[in-house]
This record gives sequence, structure tokens and C-alpha cells, in this order.
Amino acid sequence: MTGAEVLLEALVREGVEVIFGHPGGAIMPVYDALYRRRELRHVLTRHEQGAGHAAAGYARASGRVGVVMATSGPGALNLTTALADAMMDATPLVAITGQVPTTAVGTDAFQEADVTGVTMPITKHNYLVAEVNDLPRIVKEAFYIAKTGRPGPVLIDLPKDVQNDEFTGGFPEAIDLPGYRPTYKGHPRQIERALAALSKARRPVLMVGGGAQHAAEPIRRFVETTGIPTIATLQGLGVVPADDPRFLGMPGMHGTVAANRAIHEADLILGIGLRFDDRVTGDVERFAPNLKTLIHVNIEPAEIGKVIEAQIPVVGDAAWVAERLAEGARPLEIADWWQQIRRWQEENPLPFPDDGELRSQAVIRAFGRATGGEAVVVTGVGQHQMFAAQFYPVKKPRSFISSGGLGTMGFGLPAAIGAQVARPEETVILFDGDGSFQMTLQELATIKKFNLPVKIVLLNNGFLGMVRQWQDLFYEDRYSEVFLDDSNPDFTKLAEAYGIPAFAVERREELEEAVRRVLAEEGPVLAEFRVKPEEGVYPMIPAGGSAEDMITKPPKEARA
Amino acid sequence: MKQRHLVSVLVEDHPRVLTRITSMFARRGFNIDSLAVGRTHLPGVSRISFVVEGDDRTIEQVEKQLNRLVEVLKVVDHTGPRLERELALVKVRVEGIEERLELKEIADAFRARIVDVARHALTFEVTGHPAKIDRFLEELSNYGVLETMRTGAVAMDRGERVIKLKPRREAV
Repeated sequence: MTGAEVLLEALVREGVEVIFGHPGGAIMPVYDALYRRRELRHVLTRHEQGAGHAAAGYARASGRVGVVMATSGPGALNLTTALADAMMDATPLVAITGQVPTTAVGTDAFQEADVTGVTMPITKHNYLVAEVNDLPRIVKEAFYIAKTGRPGPVLIDLPKDVQNDEFTGGFPEAIDLPGYRPTYKGHPRQIERALAALSKARRPVLMVGGGAQHAAEPIRRFVETTGIPTIATLQGLGVVPADDPRFLGMPGMHGTVAANRAIHEADLILGIGLRFDDRVTGDVERFAPNLKTLIHVNIEPAEIGKVIEAQIPVVGDAAWVAERLAEGARPLEIADWWQQIRRWQEENPLPFPDDGELRSQAVIRAFGRATGGEAVVVTGVGQHQMFAAQFYPVKKPRSFISSGGLGTMGFGLPAAIGAQVARPEETVILFDGDGSFQMTLQELATIKKFNLPVKIVLLNNGFLGMVRQWQDLFYEDRYSEVFLDDSNPDFTKLAEAYGIPAFAVERREELEEAVRRVLAEEGPVLAEFRVKPEEGVYPMIPAGGSAEDMITKPPKEARA
Repeated sequence: MKQRHLVSVLVEDHPRVLTRITSMFARRGFNIDSLAVGRTHLPGVSRISFVVEGDDRTIEQVEKQLNRLVEVLKVVDHTGPRLERELALVKVRVEGIEERLELKEIADAFRARIVDVARHALTFEVTGHPAKIDRFLEELSNYGVLETMRTGAVAMDRGERVIKLKPRREAV
């Protein structure tokens, strides 16, 4: 066996079924071996960044490790955005990159880049394979590191000569990583303390993040028993169904008033699988000023106490800990607290301007109603993303896939490809903006090539809307370089050029019919909604602000 | 309150492991005052000593972020009674016998040794707590210091306390 064949054998042994990638000179032996290894499906993208985000979409929709492959130098460097994105959002990926032959490493050879050096800060771990017999061990370790602890991307840089070298070693059964031993079982004493603190709290809230996506079942039981007000971060949407009466929505910059007020007044926060990102906390000094007890459950000790001091730290796996919490849970007597929260909810519904104009909020809500919140939703980054988080009523875990930590415009289309590959029988809806979509639109070709029935809902406002919104609010309406409409392509013709059916919607009255038409389509479809150009996402807590600084209505409309 | 901490890290002796650590420090804005690294009696295990300044919260993050690295085996903040040593080589310009004698006297006071002698230069080797080396260099600053090289502090707990590695165990 050659190194290339060993690599594929090792992938098969890890249970890999699909690889997202793009070939090139320094990875050709692997692609040659792939040609002969038919049980491994390869999804060819048109850009390595697309392959990276597709692998992430696959991982997030399936709960499995996403695998991405690229050649050396430019191929590998095109992966970096996707790796950083996966690192931020704790997405398990294994990236395999070709490298120039070991004899040429360090000589500025053709398509050479120091990929292990470049990716060191944006991977959980990485390897440069020097010896073919190490390959099975490295692949095994890479998958183990990617999917355990706080998941993340692991890169294997594989020189071309090693791909061709004759293998004389074996495949290890076990893993020996003395410096890497994630803690899965939360300390029983800490869980006892957590339950005791919870029973005494008068204004408790539960916050769940992306690290709780695999723990939805015990968390839902815990919420059911305790009746605790529950908040989900952008990455935590779907852990608790959006229509659960105890669900208050998303916290933070574009969170609901009720969620942010509840955090502001809370005396206890039980945080599971989240890391108190600045988009959630705003000004840390003024975040949750009435908090007496933070119970912070995270599998990565470094995330606990990094931003907010935890009185009850619980290092452990969200599902394991939530199971114990659900077992020990008692109904909470917090009727007064709920009364207060209900008042906030009634007084501050999410702004939903419906004046006959076609608006993103209405489009997303219409898709939400038509699908009953059961679709797999993928988004790009920008206003449409926040509207999707606010208005799509996510029912199921692993069904809201969005770039959170890195905020990567262009994430949507390729991630939707990965999600559809992972869940071929389910409806995958991509909500994307015109700005975000154009960053990776070449992947329309991938949709076409594999006839992936992704429903592309393009919310075209002709602006880089989120930047424009900030210019409105903080830069006295100076719209510096945010206008796209004069030079946007005709998106329907563009999709049709790729062989994907498409249509445009201009008027509010056409909305319901358009939604039906999109969902009735068997294959892929692009529906362009020409939405109101100047629109803002509200509520909004300005960066570095607190719940007290919340802008609940568009200032212009408030003025009018 | 900011305090000076001596942190020892046992790592797997792999290529780039030092880069991983220093790049993490730089990325997260931790300041390293000094760093020393060498092999240990354990095969495949190296030991790194850092001097790092920070408040409790920062030091906790330093330890946790170090532990996150796959090749880091053990992190110890030496907060109890400890030995702390640094070595320095200092080359000083010397003119005439009088200066030579003065320098010899200073060296004796610091238990520094003259390890190289030339017509117009003397090289000293001094070992001790970094603060002692600071003072030695301060004394010499009245003379013509030509070159200095410090190794960075290394540390070890006093008494019978030792840094133990968990026995290697196979997982999964």
C-alpha cells in the first residue's frame, strides 16, 4: 500500500463516507487512490473555502466529523477561513492538505506554503506527516481530537512523497495522547451544588449554546421538569424548540428584550455549552449585574472563567451533565419571575413592521410557518442571518447552521451543500443576503453537479445591510462603500446560467405563493426576494453596551 | 494584583511544540518575561520554564490555555518554596590592571567566575536568582559592558515535591 492508499483506508476505518474537496498537484496521489476507492464519496467544490464550509455544514447537520481535502499552497490557504470558522464554532473537521515533497519543504518550492505554521492558531491541532508509517496513527488521533472535548478542526499536511511511499506499518487500535484527556463526567459534587443553588434561586435562567446541540434530549427534560426560563445563543437555537413556552429567544446584540432583560435581572444563570462571547455579553462589567451564581458547564476548562467568573464551574460534557441535572431536577417555584418575564414579552415583541412592503422578516416567518420550523436552516452572515435567528422557529437540534464566532460572509451556500449531503431527505433552506451570497456563489455549480435540492432564499436588499445599519446608527448615515444594487448581477439569470431554476419576488402579495413554489420544487431552486433596501435589525445592543442600552425600535421609525 | 509567576511546562518533544506555545502566548496577549527550555530525564519529554506576569485571572488562563495544547503534558505554577536560577555570560571591556582588580572584586561579591580572559576583555559567568543577576549587571554598568547573554530563569519546587506525570495510558 502507498501512503495515499493508507490514508483512504484510515478514513474508511474512521467511518468516513464523504469527503469535500478540490484536487491539485501536491495531492494527486490521494486523488488517484480515490479514483479506485469507490465507497468514499467525493463532493467536488469550485473553491477550497467552499469545501471547508461544506464539510462544516455536514459536520454540524450530522454530528459527525467533516472531512475536507485540498492541495498544497493556495489550495490549503484557501481553507484557512473555513478552519478558523470551525475553530470558533467548535465544529469537528479533519482537513487533509497536500504538501510539496519532504525534500523540497523549506525551499520555496512551487505551490509551497508553511501550512502547519499558518494554521497553528486556527486549528485545534495539526500534523506534518514526515513518515508514511505514522499515517494511520495520525489519522486516528486527528479524528479523536476533532470530535472529543471542545470539537474543532485538525489539519494533516501530507507531503507528496509520503503519499507515494510504500507502507510497511500497521493500523493502531488504541490512541495514546498523554497530553489530551478531555473530562466528560462532570464532578458529582459540583452537580449537587448546582442543583442546590438552582432550588434556592429566585430569578434563574438557563442559557444554552452550540455545545449543547447534542444534549437537546436531557436539556428538554430538564426544562420540562424545572420550568426554567430558557435562552439559546445563535449556536444554541434548536436545543429547545422555539415554540416551547419557556423559550425566551436569543440573547445579546440582536436578542429579544425578554431574554436580555431576564439575564440582566437574573440571580442565577445555568450556562450549558456556551462561552459568553462578546456578542452575547456586550460590556462584561455590566453583563448580568444581579447575578449571584453562574453555573458554567463546559467541556473545555479554559472557557470557564475566561469571560465571566463562575461560582459553580462544571467541567464536563453537556449531555452527561444535563442528564444528571435532569435526573435531579425539581419544579422551580418562580411564578413571580415568570410574571415579570411575561410582561417583558408582551410589551416587547420582536419588531415586525408589516406595512405592505416586502421585508426579510416576513419572508423568513412565512418559510417558518410553511415548514413548521422543521427545515434545516443555513444562513450567511449579516442582517438576514439575525432575522433568520429571530423569526425562523427552529424546532430541532442541529438544524440552524450559521457562522457565529467568526461571522464568515459566504458561509451559507457551501454550508447548505454540506447540510443537504448530511440530511438528503430533509428540506434545507439557505437564507442568504446578496453580499454574503456573492462571496462563495461559485458553489452553485456544486449544487447543480450533485443535484442537491437546497432551497436558496436570497434576501436581496442591494446593500451590505448590517454595515449600512451601523453607518445609520453610529456614523451619521455616511454610507461608505455599502451600495451593491448598481452592480449586482441578475441573480435569477445567474442561477439559470448554472442550470438552477430561479425566480424573483418583488411584492408582499406574492410572498405566500412564492414560498409554496420554493417548497414544492423537487430539486434546487433560487428565489430572489427583492426586499426593502433600508431595514434595520432590532432590538440592538450596540457593541460594548448592556441590556440597559438596548435599542428596541428603529430610531428613524421611532422619530417619525 | 499583578504578580510574577514561574511556570513549568512538561511537553512532548515534538517539532514546533515551542512555536505552538509561544504563538499561543502572543495571540492571547500574555507577556513572557523569560523562557528557558531543555530536555528532561524522561525520554521524549522536554521542560519549559516561563516567567510570566499577571493577576490571578490571567495566570489561570495561561495555565488553562497551555493545557489545551495537545502536546502539553503538565503545567505547574511554582507558588510555594522554590529554587529559581538563571545563568548569564557577561563580557566587559577592561583597561589596565586597576580596572581588572575592581572587576574581580565585584565578581567575587556575586560569586561570578571569570571564564575567559583577553587583553582588553573579561567574560564572567554568573548563576543565581534573576534579581541577583540584575544587580550584578547594574554593578558592571559602570564599566564597559560589551555583551550579555541570559538564559532565562529555571525553577523547581524545594523539598520533596516533584512534578509527576500520569502514567501513560491508552484511551479509546
